[in-house]
Amino acid sequence: MVEEIKIETENLNVWFDSIHALKSLNIKIRKNEILGIIGPANSGKTTFLRSLNRLNELNPKYHSSGKIYIDNQDISKSDVNLLRRRIGMVFALPIPLPISVFDNISYGLRMQGVRDKKILSQAVEKSLKAAYLWDEVKDRLKENSLKLSGGQQQRLCIARALATEPEVILFDEPCSGLDPISTAKIEEAMFKLKENYTLILVTNNVKQAARVGDRTAFFLSGELIELNKTDQLFTIPKNKRTEDYIMGKFG
Amino acid sequence: MNPKRRQKIVFSLLFISSLLVITPIFLIFFFIFKEGIKVISWEFLTTSPARMGGGGVFPAIVGTLYLTLGTVLISVPLGVLAGIYLSEYAKENLLTRLVKLAIINLAGVPSIVYGLFGLGLFVIFLRFGASLLSGCFTLSIMVLPIVITATKEALNNVPQSFREVSLSLGATKWQTIRYCVLPYAFGGILTGVILSIGRASGETAPILFTAAAFYLPHLPRSIFDQVMALPYHLYVVATQVPGVERRVSYGICLVLVVLVILIDLIALITRYQIRKKKLW
Amino acid sequence: MNLKKIREFIIERLIFLGGMASIIFVILIFAFLLKEGLPFFRIYPLKDFLGGRFWYPISEPVQFGIKPLILGSLIVTGGAILIVVPLGLATAIFIAEIARGKTKEILKCSIEFLETTPSVVIGFIGLVVLAPFIRKVFSLPTGLTALCGSIMLAIMSTPTVVSIMEDAITAVPKVYKEAALAIGATHWQTIWRVILPAASSGIMAAVMLGIGRCIGETMVVLMVTGNAAVIPKTLLQPVRTLTATIASEMGEVVQGSEHYFALFALGIILFSLSFIVNLIADFFIHKGVK
Repeated sequence: MVEEIKIETENLNVWFDSIHALKSLNIKIRKNEILGIIGPANSGKTTFLRSLNRLNELNPKYHSSGKIYIDNQDISKSDVNLLRRRIGMVFALPIPLPISVFDNISYGLRMQGVRDKKILSQAVEKSLKAAYLWDEVKDRLKENSLKLSGGQQQRLCIARALATEPEVILFDEPCSGLDPISTAKIEEAMFKLKENYTLILVTNNVKQAARVGDRTAFFLSGELIELNKTDQLFTIPKNKRTEDYIMGKFG
Repeated sequence: MNPKRRQKIVFSLLFISSLLVITPIFLIFFFIFKEGIKVISWEFLTTSPARMGGGGVFPAIVGTLYLTLGTVLISVPLGVLAGIYLSEYAKENLLTRLVKLAIINLAGVPSIVYGLFGLGLFVIFLRFGASLLSGCFTLSIMVLPIVITATKEALNNVPQSFREVSLSLGATKWQTIRYCVLPYAFGGILTGVILSIGRASGETAPILFTAAAFYLPHLPRSIFDQVMALPYHLYVVATQVPGVERRVSYGICLVLVVLVILIDLIALITRYQIRKKKLW
Repeated sequence: MNLKKIREFIIERLIFLGGMASIIFVILIFAFLLKEGLPFFRIYPLKDFLGGRFWYPISEPVQFGIKPLILGSLIVTGGAILIVVPLGLATAIFIAEIARGKTKEILKCSIEFLETTPSVVIGFIGLVVLAPFIRKVFSLPTGLTALCGSIMLAIMSTPTVVSIMEDAITAVPKVYKEAALAIGATHWQTIWRVILPAASSGIMAAVMLGIGRCIGETMVVLMVTGNAAVIPKTLLQPVRTLTATIASEMGEVVQGSEHYFALFALGIILFSLSFIVNLIADFFIHKGVK
C-alpha cells in the first residue's frame, strides 16, 4: 500500500536576515503518522514547524524560497487564516489565554463566527476528551485557565488546537516544561490523536521521539540529515552525525 | 580628603538639594490649601459669579468638564488607532520613523502654538468660531501623543505569544488584536487616557483664543458656544480684573488643584489595580 | 465571510489613517503657522523683524523687532536651567542611587504631583507669593521680574528634568557599578566616575527637554515676568517672552491685521525653536540607547 502524502516541501529555504535557518529542505510527511523531529538547538526544527502554518511571516526579518504543499496545494497561495484552521499548533510552553477554560477552547470556533452555544459546548467537550482533560476540568469550565496546573494547561492548549478540527497538529517541544506524569498523559493523547490527525512533534528529548514517533527526522544546522522509521533510525542510523547525536555525543 | 569623608559630605549635599527641590512643592500646596479653603463653600462651587471675580465657579467647573469630555471623545479613538498602528502594523521603515518623529514633535510643541494653530484652523478656517468645539479639537491634538504612547506601550506589554496562539487558531490579524491583545492592554490605555484628561483639564494657553470665555455666567448651550474654564478663570481673576479679593483666586486655584489631583489619583489607582491583577 | 473581510479592510484602513494622524497634524500645524505668519513678511521686512530692538505693535509707526522678546525668552529660560539642572541632577542621583524606602517614595511622589500641577497654578503662586518676596528682598519697584520667571519655570520643569535624568541613571547596567565597587571605589566615586559618564547622554536629553519646556511655557511667564518688552540687562527687571507676547496680544488684535500676522510669525519662531530642541533631545536619547 502506498502511503498517502499529507505535506511535502520542495527545496524549502528560510532566512532570518542573513541567517540561513533552513537549507534546501525536501521532506514528505504521511497522513496519520506521528513524525518526530529531533536535533540540537538552532537546527531549524521550530522554524520548519512555523513555516507550515506560516507563523514565521510575523518576523519582519523572515524570507524564504521553495514550496510547501499540503494535500498537493501550494500553501503560499491559500488563504492564511483558512490554512491555520487546518493546522493546529501547540507551543513549547503552555500559553492559556487569561480567560476561562471554555472560552479558551472555543476561541478558534468563535473567531470563525460560530455563536451557537450548543455547538460550542459540544466542541469543547469533544476536544477536552480527546486531550484527556475532560474529567479533570468538566466542573471548572468557567474558571480562569491560569488556575490549572502546568500539565493541565498544556493539555488545554492541545484541546484548543483540536477544537477547530484541524488536519495536522504541530507540537513544538510540548513537554519541555512538564513533569514525567504530565508528559506521559500528553504522549498518550498523541497516540490516540494520530487515528484522525497527522502529527509533527518537535522535541529536544530523543527518548520521546523514540517512544512516540512512527518516523523520526534528524535536523542539524538547518539541514535534514536523516529521515527513517523510528526504530531503524535509532538502531541503525545511516549517518554518523545522527548516531553521534542519538548517543549523546553532542546536542 | 579621605574618600569616605568626601562621600559623606557629597551625599549630605545631594540630600539637601533634594529637600530644596521638593520644599517649593509642599509650599505651593500648603498656600493653596490654607488660603483657598477659606472661600470654599457649597455656594462657591454651585453658583455662577454674579459679577466678574465675584466668586461662584460653577460655570467654570462645568466648562472644564465639557472641554475635557470633548477632548477624550476625540483624542481617545484617534490615539488608540494610532497606538495600534505603531504597535501592531508599522514595519521598520522610513514612514514609521517619520510617525515617531512627528509624535515626539507634537509632544514638544509649546501649548501656545497649539492655541495659534487652533485659532487658524478651527476658529477661522473651519469657521467653528471661538467655541467648545474648537477648544476640544485643539486640546485633543495636544494630548494625542500621551494617548498614542500609552496605547503603544500597553499593547507592547501584551505577550507576543498571545498573538501567535490566536493566529495559529485561524483568527485574522484584526480579530487577534480585538480579542487577544486589546483586552489585556485596556488598563494601560486607560491610565494614559486619564493622564491626558488631567493634562487637558489644567491647560490654559491652547484655549485662550479657541474656547475660553472671559465671563459667561451661564452654561454653554451648544458646542458652538464659548465656555468658561477653571484655569483660564484663575488667570483672568488673578491678573486681569482689578479689585478682586485674593482669597477668591486662591479658592479657584484650590478647586482646580483638587480636580487635577483627583483625576491623577484615579489614574494611580487604576495603574495599581492592573499591576495587582496582572496574571501572565 | 465577505462582509467580515470588508469590515476588517475598513478597520485596517482606519488604523492606518490613525497612525498617520500625527504626521498630518504636524504638517497642518506648520502649514497654518506659515499660512497666517508668512504674509507678515510681505508687509514688514524680515531684517527689521529679526534685528529690530523694539516691539511696539500699536504705536505709530509700528515696530515689530523681536530682539527683546527672544532675549526675554532666553534670559528667563537660561536662569531656569541654571537653577534646575544642578538641583535636578542632585535630586535624580539621590533618588536613583541613595534614597531608600519611604524617603524615595515621598520624593518621587511629590515630584509626580508637581508634574500634573497646571502651569497656571504655578504662575499664580509666583504672582502672589514669590513676586512680593523678591520685591522686598531686592527692594525693587516690582517683583515681577525675569528672576521670578526663572525660579517658577525651574520649579515647573523639575519633574521633566528629574524623571528623565533618573531614568538615565537607573538604566546604567548594574555590572558597571558592581565592577567599580569591586575594585574598591566608594559609592560616590562609582557614581561620579562610572555612572554619571555612562548616563551622560540621557542627562543631556533631560537638559534639552527642560529647555524645551521652559521656552514653550506660557502661563507661568505671562503671570510673573512683568511683560515689559525691553531688552533685558539683568535678571531683576521685567521682561517679556515670545510666548507671553502671543498670549497677551492675540486676544486684542484685529484678525488679518499686520499685528495679527506678526504674532503668527512669532509662532513660527517658537515652533522652529521647539522643533530643534526636541530633535537634539531625541538625538541624545537614541545615542544613549546604543
